Amino acid sequence: MASEKGVMLLDFWVSPFGQRARIALAEKGVQYEYKEENLTEKSELLLKANPVHKKIPVLIHDGKPVCESLIIVEYIDEVWSDKAPLMPSDPYQRAQARFWADFVDKKVYDCGSRLWKLKGEEQQAAKKEMIEILQLLEAQLGDKKYFGGDSFGFVDVAFVPFTSWFYSYETCANFSVEGVAPKVAQWAKRCLERESVAKTLSDPKKVYEFVCFLKKKFGVE
Amino acid sequence: MAETVKLLGTKGSPYSHRAEVALRLKEVNFEFLHEDLAHKSDMLLRYNPIHKKIPVLVHEEKSIVESLIVVEYVHEAFNGYAILPSDPYERAMARIWARYIDEKVIPAFWMSCWTDGEMQKGFIGQAKEALTILESQLKGKKFFGGDSIGFVDLAAGMVAFWFGILQEVAGISLLNEEDYPVLCRWADDYCSVEAVKESLLDRKLLVAHFASKKEKIFATKAPVYD
Repeated sequence: MASEKGVMLLDFWVSPFGQRARIALAEKGVQYEYKEENLTEKSELLLKANPVHKKIPVLIHDGKPVCESLIIVEYIDEVWSDKAPLMPSDPYQRAQARFWADFVDKKVYDCGSRLWKLKGEEQQAAKKEMIEILQLLEAQLGDKKYFGGDSFGFVDVAFVPFTSWFYSYETCANFSVEGVAPKVAQWAKRCLERESVAKTLSDPKKVYEFVCFLKKKFGVE
Repeated sequence: MAETVKLLGTKGSPYSHRAEVALRLKEVNFEFLHEDLAHKSDMLLRYNPIHKKIPVLVHEEKSIVESLIVVEYVHEAFNGYAILPSDPYERAMARIWARYIDEKVIPAFWMSCWTDGEMQKGFIGQAKEALTILESQLKGKKFFGGDSIGFVDLAAGMVAFWFGILQEVAGISLLNEEDYPVLCRWADDYCSVEAVKESLLDRKLLVAHFASKKEKIFATKAPVYD
């Protein structure tokens, strides 16, 4: 990779992990080049930038690659620290932010995938788990405007891309996010009022089309 | 006077080890509260209600959980020793390699110890690849952190001390000097650091502990650290 000045993001349109990076860059007003990857035929650049995992997103800043979405978001926050801070300054609050972002990482995507991949009893178990996860997040959000408090923060960036998958989760598993976690549902709407989020998130219907495509591909029906 | 810093953990756990070494590097006065993981204390359940795991750091009645999050907290909350680098890119790299250890190195090595037949061969292949990649990160440095131990070294504590013990109990030889001379040299250097030495249990005790739990671990594949 040439040591070119500038910022590039290797990504895939519907990836909630890639969207975290995009939202963080937008919040900071950073100009960057977006490169859409074909995940069935990964580019030379991606394989060189992330030889160990070969995954997106990868942020390449002045020729140096950073991978893993939450690590990318912290990096963006630390480098472009003059605008829109995403992490709190207090060490305890920072630990809390990392905990909840890690919680979203460990729980939401995996459980969500099980909602559309599985059927019958296994799907019901995944649904029960998803409801518990959403209710824990609901309790954490409480009456705050954002998970970060008054300002949009690290946990908001970590979780908000998954809100465009809510429609798919609801349709596949037959439940309502608003019904089980009304504050989270309101928070999702509030986040969409932010330009960085509105311009980044995929249309829920398009996400659902993608999920249906994956279901066919994995032979789920 | 009660200590304002308490660490709930066990000497047998490599995750608890990370938190303990971090506190020792910062020369923080703390109280180590040993948890019996078969009978978790009310305190543990109160301070870590979601995951119910150790380590838990309690600082002025506030709890911090998840070992790497605890280490970052200790780095930020207390003055003195710099556990993470000051440069944002180097810091990102440290976090990436710590995560690699947790997601690739440890699971592959663990499963290599407690499976057999074709499955074991598969895990051994993965573990070898992961160890090779990890070793290459030392790149001529004494420690992953450079001249002194840092975030990645603490994350790799399990590799330095526990891996040798686990493979001895399991009867395999994955991490050996012939195949990984640089990593083995690093392991010795890591275990010689004062803050690390003070945190480690006697090797013979840990070998005996895992040997006694061998059948149980083989059956469940679940770790038993206390």
